[in-house]
Amino acid sequence: MAERKTIMIDPVTRIEGHSKITLHLDEQGRVEDARFHVTQFRGFEKFCEGRPFSEMPSLMARICGICPVSHLIASAKACDALLAVKIPPTAEKLRRIFGLAQVVQSHALSLFHLSSPDLLLGMDADPAKSNLFGVLEKDPQLGRDGIALRKFGQQIIERLGGKRIHPAWVVPGGVSDPLSHDDRDAILKGVPEALAIAMRTIGWLKGTMERFRDEIASFGNFPSLFMGTVKQDGGLTFYDGTLRMVDASGEVVASALDPARYFDFLGEKVEPWSYLKSAYYKPKGFPEGIYRVGPLARLNVADRCGTPRADQELAEFHELQRTAVLSSFHYHQARLIEILYCVERLEQLLNDPEILDKHVRALARPNAPEGVGAAEAPRGTLFHHYKIDEQGLIRWCNLIIATGQNNLAMNRSVLQVAQRYVQGERLTHGMLNRVEAVIRAYDPCLSCSTHAVGEMALEIQLVSPDGGVLDAVRR
Amino acid sequence: MKKMKLATVWLDGCSGCHMSFLDMDERLIELAGKVDLVYSPLVDNKEFPPDVDITLVEGAVSSEEDLHKIQAIRQRTKTLISLGDCAVTANVPAMRNPFTVQSVYDRAYRETATLDPGTPDTAIPKLLPYARPVHEVISVDVYIPGCPPSADVIYYALTELLEGRQPELSSKTRFGA
Repeated sequence: MAERKTIMIDPVTRIEGHSKITLHLDEQGRVEDARFHVTQFRGFEKFCEGRPFSEMPSLMARICGICPVSHLIASAKACDALLAVKIPPTAEKLRRIFGLAQVVQSHALSLFHLSSPDLLLGMDADPAKSNLFGVLEKDPQLGRDGIALRKFGQQIIERLGGKRIHPAWVVPGGVSDPLSHDDRDAILKGVPEALAIAMRTIGWLKGTMERFRDEIASFGNFPSLFMGTVKQDGGLTFYDGTLRMVDASGEVVASALDPARYFDFLGEKVEPWSYLKSAYYKPKGFPEGIYRVGPLARLNVADRCGTPRADQELAEFHELQRTAVLSSFHYHQARLIEILYCVERLEQLLNDPEILDKHVRALARPNAPEGVGAAEAPRGTLFHHYKIDEQGLIRWCNLIIATGQNNLAMNRSVLQVAQRYVQGERLTHGMLNRVEAVIRAYDPCLSCSTHAVGEMALEIQLVSPDGGVLDAVRR
Repeated sequence: MKKMKLATVWLDGCSGCHMSFLDMDERLIELAGKVDLVYSPLVDNKEFPPDVDITLVEGAVSSEEDLHKIQAIRQRTKTLISLGDCAVTANVPAMRNPFTVQSVYDRAYRETATLDPGTPDTAIPKLLPYARPVHEVISVDVYIPGCPPSADVIYYALTELLEGRQPELSSKTRFGA
């Protein structure tokens, strides 16, 4: 009787949250299908029902401890729409700085704390060493740079918002408190070191690329659409703008899309084997409407960054491929270029004389029954959509998070890597670590958990064609 | 001196407590001289060791898998810490408790889905009827409230425990801190 095996990687480690991957092998032991399962579901869209809309930013921040600031901003923008106000210009600038600081800390976490073990120690490294502490041992400067850069972002958040994680500073209509002179100066003082770290790390990453030629060729290297927010002049932005979609050749397929009308062009499919829905671009249908978001996508859609050092790096980035840059391995480099942009940009904003203005909040009662807020979170475009009743209580809520928009691409990438590296007859740590490493490149934020404690990491099941488990092997 | 074995785990939470753990910044390097992080989302060991000295638990018990996992972890841990308001009180995850599980699923997978609406139920753990604080299902040794508890508080609690003392936390953190 023909036997088909299933390989399970459970949990996927060094990502923000937990998930598992199953690889389905055919009779010859070749990988024929792969699935990335997200195993936690929390129910925010339902349990916010009945809450006053003004609670939403602080409540929704609790979706994620890594990017609470993105949820604060998208939520507060949805609330601004409910109030139907234009927030004071200084409030908008302060929110921008807040968002940029968060991109720095979140990207630093992804690159240094989670992925640098693979990049520094290699994909085949001893799993006991493949972590930040292993990096600190091998290359103390790199490890310390990661800690310092993440701290730079977190300290800005603390200075503006009062605490590093879940600050309550972003509110409907603006922000709760203005920026003080001392805090502005203290943040600016840290800028040169942050820039130096970003530049040093980009240099290091580019120097290691040669070692990963094979991974670059197979880590999610396929055509897809890319989506990101751009300013009116086509420049990179994290706070507001319109959405642009480009195809694999780099051609614009849709531009000036209004994020408040996301439901016209983005759809979400449910898969029975994952709590993460798969977003797709509606005009192309499913699954042809596969698109990617986040650092790689933003740099593929933007005409420029708009700051000198980042633009120089962006020009070099585009030399990787004449079309759109397709390999998801390059999310890492894109992430570093964005860090550079964010530090340069927040320095510009902090030097704006208007930044210390005390008028930072527009007060109003709700004036519209429905509001959408969108922003570029570290991992991609984030949408919050609320409907309220006459008392201002939430009646309905829909969220589209960045990671769901990369879900189709992550699944396809896992399959591509597994087909390149995994042969069912012999399994090595390095093969399976590569399957996880491609997921790390996307930096998914799952806020989720799984894994059966006490079970071995890899469980190979022998499954009969009718789906019955014949035997299970653990290693 | 033999290094202590430290583990961290998150159940139904937002990872904010883990981020606060990382907010210890350079103190992480010092800590690495005293403990081995033997199991955590931040390291690659995929099996929870049988003899862990201290485990930090973030998040509420919300799914069947959370429940099985925390029961196994309790058996393998000497000092188990509820870290943060979700572990201590079930906090935000418990906000779904007044609703039926099906209605919570329906909002996400039927009412707001555009293709193939339906409740995912294959190869993923089911939600329990209610999200619960950790101490309702296993015994807990130390409670560190906060959303999240600050890095200073986490550092204080860990260093006290490593010195064999019981941390005095009531004056240093609180619910919502």
